[in-house]
Amino acid sequence: MSGKRNMTTEDENEGRGAVPDAVATTPQRMSATALDGDIQAKIGQHLRAMYDDVVRQGVPNRFLDLLSQLDQPSGAGKKPGGGAGS
Amino acid sequence: MSTVDPGLRDDIIAAIPNLRAFAISLSGSVDKADDLVQETLLRAFANISSFNPGTNLSAWLFTILRNLFRSEYRKRRREVPDPDGAFAATLTTSPDQNSHLDFEDFRAALERLPPDQREALVLVGASGFSYEEAADICKCAVGTIKSRVNRARNRLGELLALDSAEDLAPEKSVGIPVPATERL
Repeated sequence: MSGKRNMTTEDENEGRGAVPDAVATTPQRMSATALDGDIQAKIGQHLRAMYDDVVRQGVPNRFLDLLSQLDQPSGAGKKPGGGAGS
Repeated sequence: MSTVDPGLRDDIIAAIPNLRAFAISLSGSVDKADDLVQETLLRAFANISSFNPGTNLSAWLFTILRNLFRSEYRKRRREVPDPDGAFAATLTTSPDQNSHLDFEDFRAALERLPPDQREALVLVGASGFSYEEAADICKCAVGTIKSRVNRARNRLGELLALDSAEDLAPEKSVGIPVPATERL
């Protein structure tokens, strides 16, 4: 939720800082501009919707448990079932 | 093990939802993503003394997570993303009916991007990092990030334009009667 910077302007000003070859590789440039703006806006929306849907789930309990274990001075050991192994 | 300042601890907790979303976009799987986040937290706490207070905690954590993913990835050589789509699996609220198809198209298109481009696009377009911060996290030049983001957008635009062109196109040029005035 923090620091949503430079994103609304980002979609609109697409072309401004664009790398020339990136633009050049886009086919059907002619009639595409209106559609492009529309689609670029949609890309931004979808991307954030997808991402924010995960963010909105908050912090799963397993992480809160993990952190409270890490906080205990005696809890320097490994967490049981600690991930990446299997 | 050094103790972690409570304020810092809270900030780390606050970063977890964003770390998960980023991890899902990297790994293509919710389970793998949560393992990555867990490993990231363990690393962060173990190395908390190397965090420079006052600098960007979020970027620091994202960097740890990305490095872990990269080294795991190199070890396992497993690129195959979850075919069902990790983001789809996490959906708690479905988008409204009308945009549902769009959304599916988008998700599929996103998963077709090269990992470098997808990563850059997510960091800048969804996580809210500046180009400079994203470059820092990915250990590359700012120009590289910009170019990856642009290529990602263009590629997605192409993929989605195809879809919407199919949706919008009326029976185009097929059997349209030629105006009589044009007769020879």
